Amino acid sequence: MDPSISIKNLKLSFGAVEVLHDLNLDIGKGEFLVLLGSSGCGKSTLLNCIAGLLDVTDGQIHIGGQNVTWEEPSKRGIGMVFQSYALYPQMTVEGNLAFGLKNAKIPKPEIKERIARAAKTLQMEPLLKRKPAALSGGQRQRVAIGRALVRDVDVFLFDEPLSNLDAKLRADLRVEIKQLHQTLGNTMIYVTHDQIEAMTLADRIAIMRGGSILQLDTPKEIYNRPATKYVAEFIGSPTMNFLDGRIEGGAAPRFTSDVASFDLAGYEFTPQGPQAGDAWFGIRPEHIIVGPEAAHSPFQLEGQVELVEPLGSDTLARVTSGGQRLWVRMDGQADITPGQTLPLGLTPALANIFDKTTEARL
Amino acid sequence: MSDPATMSAAVVGSDAASGALSGPRGPKPRRRFSRRNVFIYGTLIVVALYYLLPLYVMIVTSLKGMPEIRLGNIFAPPVEVTFQPWVKAWSEACTGLNCDGLSRGFWNSVRITVPSVLLSIAIASVNGYALANWRFKGADAFFTILIFGAFIPYQVMLYPIVILLREMGIYGTLGGLVMVHSIFGMPILTLLFRNYFTSLPEELFKAARVDGAGFWQIYLQIMLPMSLPIFVVAMILQVTGIWNDFLFGVVYTKPDLYPMTVQLNNIVNSVQGVKEYNVNMAATLLTGLVPLVIYFVSGKLFVRGIAAGAVKG
Repeated sequence: MDPSISIKNLKLSFGAVEVLHDLNLDIGKGEFLVLLGSSGCGKSTLLNCIAGLLDVTDGQIHIGGQNVTWEEPSKRGIGMVFQSYALYPQMTVEGNLAFGLKNAKIPKPEIKERIARAAKTLQMEPLLKRKPAALSGGQRQRVAIGRALVRDVDVFLFDEPLSNLDAKLRADLRVEIKQLHQTLGNTMIYVTHDQIEAMTLADRIAIMRGGSILQLDTPKEIYNRPATKYVAEFIGSPTMNFLDGRIEGGAAPRFTSDVASFDLAGYEFTPQGPQAGDAWFGIRPEHIIVGPEAAHSPFQLEGQVELVEPLGSDTLARVTSGGQRLWVRMDGQADITPGQTLPLGLTPALANIFDKTTEARL
Repeated sequence: MSDPATMSAAVVGSDAASGALSGPRGPKPRRRFSRRNVFIYGTLIVVALYYLLPLYVMIVTSLKGMPEIRLGNIFAPPVEVTFQPWVKAWSEACTGLNCDGLSRGFWNSVRITVPSVLLSIAIASVNGYALANWRFKGADAFFTILIFGAFIPYQVMLYPIVILLREMGIYGTLGGLVMVHSIFGMPILTLLFRNYFTSLPEELFKAARVDGAGFWQIYLQIMLPMSLPIFVVAMILQVTGIWNDFLFGVVYTKPDLYPMTVQLNNIVNSVQGVKEYNVNMAATLLTGLVPLVIYFVSGKLFVRGIAAGAVKG
């Protein structure tokens, strides 16, 4: 299948500063791709390049099989949704939706029909005659999505669309966007710094840092096999625990730290295989087994509870074991208090080990 | 405070009702004649008097007849109110050869101010919009040169412009003066509009581009409707600036086309006959009326626009 969007050797510099370094990216038809990264990593810049709002320094952008590197934004077959909604304040909702279509010289009856269809999809028929100032944040963002929808394009670009909304609305609209994607089957590129949005929405996530893509994979793969320590830390809350130690190579590789030494049977190394040297042993809070069942895991520790965070569905606890701090996730009904000593069980098969110098997964 | 007994009873009663709150409660009482208030209001009143007193003298004098003025009591209100000086100032006072008062200058000023204001605002707003949103090559250099222009003293350019206008064949015409005013309004107005347009959300501009709107469409349909306050500011700046202009008016026009300010000067400074103070005062007030009306009508918008555009950015 031809990719819907294909980015080839894309470079962007602002003066002497190179913001995007030689990016290559293929996005399939109907795929939901999330660009994830902390602020300043170039994710919004990349989106603006795809939209044609920024001129690229080098490289090509293809959308729908056509080289659109020099095209105007409106000629690229994209619709875009912005963080601040960017609704035209002096126009009604209907006017906002119609603006782009009028510019494209689409006949009036068809404009009416498309607006009616979009309003129905997004359940905003009663809002059509209102001005943006008379709408709530969630309604405004819905109109902004509608504005992309009426353009009848194959590609939707979202630039942190939910960041200005409160937590509850954000969760609601997230579901709506996912629903919309399933209904329409458009290609969508979604920029966010929120890992939950990325995990829940994406078919694939591209994690960006410093203008490069660190890892491009499915949410599951990124969560379970992060390519670097940075990715491992970025995804997951609370963040992954890291034990500081060494890898002993050989036929039966072992991990040794101040607290413990255990063999890594069952751990899936990258094709390069285990390499001796300083390393981080990373394990997610929910992969640490707490309580009597810990006795069944390949390796056991004891930890003292420092702090408890009950979340309702789960309970998080920070424990110390031999001077190392670990977060563990337990059942919401678990009854623990600070000061208590807990047996902990680690399973190397669920862990991720990173080289200390390159920070790459071993 | 006439009846402290019932007051305290009421307080006690409400306390009992809401569960006996003691100690400070509700808004903090403020003393009206605190030292701070006396100082602030005192200063404000003194400053207001300082500015209003000359205006008062002018109004009072313009309503007196000459015999009353000769008594020399400039602060006294008129014993006999007369509007004759106003009529004379408007339609009879002599300047040079003409004796048709300030009315000629008034209409000249209108014919100078209206096109100058419209033209300069129209051009400057497009300039500002282009500089803020369409970062074309050399935009920064262009802007720097333009701003630099604002700091060159007018006197330096006075004579070169005379030559320029002469060569273009519009020296001494209203058209020439309108052009000069429009050009000299450019630096400050462009700065004003650029700053305002920069303060508008950039995503709005991006959204319009995705929606396929071009340079003029974005300007006319998106930016203009959002910019009323800054247009009012620009209008006030230009109307008062151009209406009050004396230098360009006297240099670039002929006596028949002199603006009101030049004519006012000629009336007040005429040396023949008696000095008619009442007529001079009335003429001055008439000349200042237009900027005054503009301020009163659009003062609120002016403040809002200054806050929105000029300070930020």
